Amino acid sequence: MLDFSLTEEQQQAAAMVREFGEKEILPTIKEYDRQQTMNPAALPRMAELGILGINIPVRYGGQGFDYVTLGLVCEELERIDTTLRVVMSVHMGLNSMGVLQWGGEEQKQRFLTPQARGEKYAAFGLTEPGAGSDVAGLRSTARKDGGDYIINGEKMWISLATKAHHVLWFAKTDPNAKPAHAGLTAFMVETDMRGVTTGDIHGKLGVRAGSTGWVNCQDVRVPAANRIGEEGEGFKIAMSCLDNGRYTVASGATGLTRACLEASVRYAKERETFGRPIADYQLIQQKIAWMQQWYDVSRLLYLQVGWLKNQGIRNTREVSMAKWYATDHSFKAAHEAIQVHGAYGFSDEYDVERYLRNGRGAIIYEGTSEIHQLMQAAYAFGERQDKPLRCELPAYDEAFWQG
Amino acid sequence: MKVVVCTKQTPSTTADLTVNPDGSVSWEDPGGKPNVVNPWDEYSIEEGIRLKENHGASDVIAITMGSEESQEALKTALAMGCTEAILLSDAAFAGVDTLGTAKVLAAAINKVEDVQIAIFGKSAIDGDTGQTAVQTACQLGWTPLTFVSAITAVGDGQITVERLLDDGKETVTAPLPVVISTVKEINEPRYPSFMGIRKASRATIPVWAAGDLSLNSVGSKVDWSKVYALPPREGSVEIIEGDSVQEKAAKLVAKLFEEKVI
Repeated sequence: MLDFSLTEEQQQAAAMVREFGEKEILPTIKEYDRQQTMNPAALPRMAELGILGINIPVRYGGQGFDYVTLGLVCEELERIDTTLRVVMSVHMGLNSMGVLQWGGEEQKQRFLTPQARGEKYAAFGLTEPGAGSDVAGLRSTARKDGGDYIINGEKMWISLATKAHHVLWFAKTDPNAKPAHAGLTAFMVETDMRGVTTGDIHGKLGVRAGSTGWVNCQDVRVPAANRIGEEGEGFKIAMSCLDNGRYTVASGATGLTRACLEASVRYAKERETFGRPIADYQLIQQKIAWMQQWYDVSRLLYLQVGWLKNQGIRNTREVSMAKWYATDHSFKAAHEAIQVHGAYGFSDEYDVERYLRNGRGAIIYEGTSEIHQLMQAAYAFGERQDKPLRCELPAYDEAFWQG
Repeated sequence: MKVVVCTKQTPSTTADLTVNPDGSVSWEDPGGKPNVVNPWDEYSIEEGIRLKENHGASDVIAITMGSEESQEALKTALAMGCTEAILLSDAAFAGVDTLGTAKVLAAAINKVEDVQIAIFGKSAIDGDTGQTAVQTACQLGWTPLTFVSAITAVGDGQITVERLLDDGKETVTAPLPVVISTVKEINEPRYPSFMGIRKASRATIPVWAAGDLSLNSVGSKVDWSKVYALPPREGSVEIIEGDSVQEKAAKLVAKLFEEKVI
């Protein structure tokens, strides 16, 4: 059975998030973008409205919606501003869904539930100053000390670094492991633990109205109860978190492409040259057609991933494709949208220059486009197969989610 | 105490309206949602819900008269927090004037029973008559309180409200039951909640027809004999040139005198 329809619930949830973004974020976004600060109301309002727990089961403090709805919500958020979607990527995709997948029941109560309620904000600590794509090369360590671990290291380019209460932290528990990634372990570091310091990074090209920074652990004592999964499972956990984070990035980028398309259609009808609206000219029409194509393909790709997640089917290849395609094309869409707007598109009087700056980062984070191309080729050559995990992301089960 | 919120589905404020050659009117919305809850009713729905949250109302029932499609507006009301919704729909209701609408709404309010407050938005953005609330009050024999900007007290069989008028605010106390029309200053409407959206999408909304309301005749119907698009406004731009601000200003003033603008 092939069914492309969305349920009334999914559509209404997306409409509600759209209304929130348009009313409460859009009117002041340029101001915060220029100031390079986050709208202080953004996170608390997303928490209050339940957006931060949209697809987490009600029993764990969430709203009980499915994974497709998460994608729709991310599309709506990034149509307003990328920084809103980034919140969902780290808080939901990379952290909360990781706990849902790998956490024990006690950890779901202690970490996931306050996160889904929006009482605690969550971040993802994988990237380091010297380790991005080369995950196994990370230098952070976790040394066993009695019933605890002592964590040292620094994480860089961490979204919500100075806002988060919980950071899913990856460290080496076995520095001599062969292969190196088998020595990684995941921990939930609470940012009020002694020895944790954080800071913001400014001067970014895009996502200026967001929070990006660094987190440092200096001899931080973390109880074993905060270890997510087993020792040595860190790499697998990180990769499955990325399967979820990439879904939010792909669906968000689709929203950015939509924003470019909408802005371009609007402007092309308004702006006249040589006595006619520029919408009458075929080279403008071509750009609009491209944007529509990129939007349609991106949306189909991410919705397919949402469906796979709902079914409980592994989607590492599909989500990699969706993320690669949607982010590359959202940047292209912004580039074309600026061209449609001409000189005005080059100024921050219009939104499209912000779209271009915001779209650039997603081609780097959560797997660069180059990494995704290598992955796709490896799948095509039969060199890469996804082995079953000890803990798979649970399929969406309406009775369990809403019970 | 039950509260009834009388609402209506209207074209979206962002819809592009087209007058077709046959005189019919159609509309599309770039956001993909051509019909919405009448925007003024968002305030009345919110106030209805607040009467339950803050003043002990037992039920907040949203009522709409319209076609099957109007269920969408009722579902929005349910998603925001109304406890029930009822659709009043019958071929006999189609196209009736505001008095006819008021008769149907009054009959429905009577059928609900134990209603102490019926709330309307100040008008509907499509017809924009603003008459239905007062006419419904007249049909019910209840006190109409229009342009209400705050409900300050409800209890002991009476209600105290502030009315926002051209000359200022007026505080009025009236015995219950009453019909209220609200202005946008009364509150900040909430969004539908995710839980509310789920509840609304699963709700089966009862439909009451003329027979259910024991209505034999509703009233006169309104016929739009001719609908036409307004001619587009013509305008042009002229840039006043000059070497200095003073010269430009002097030229501008002369021009405005010449055109008899000032």
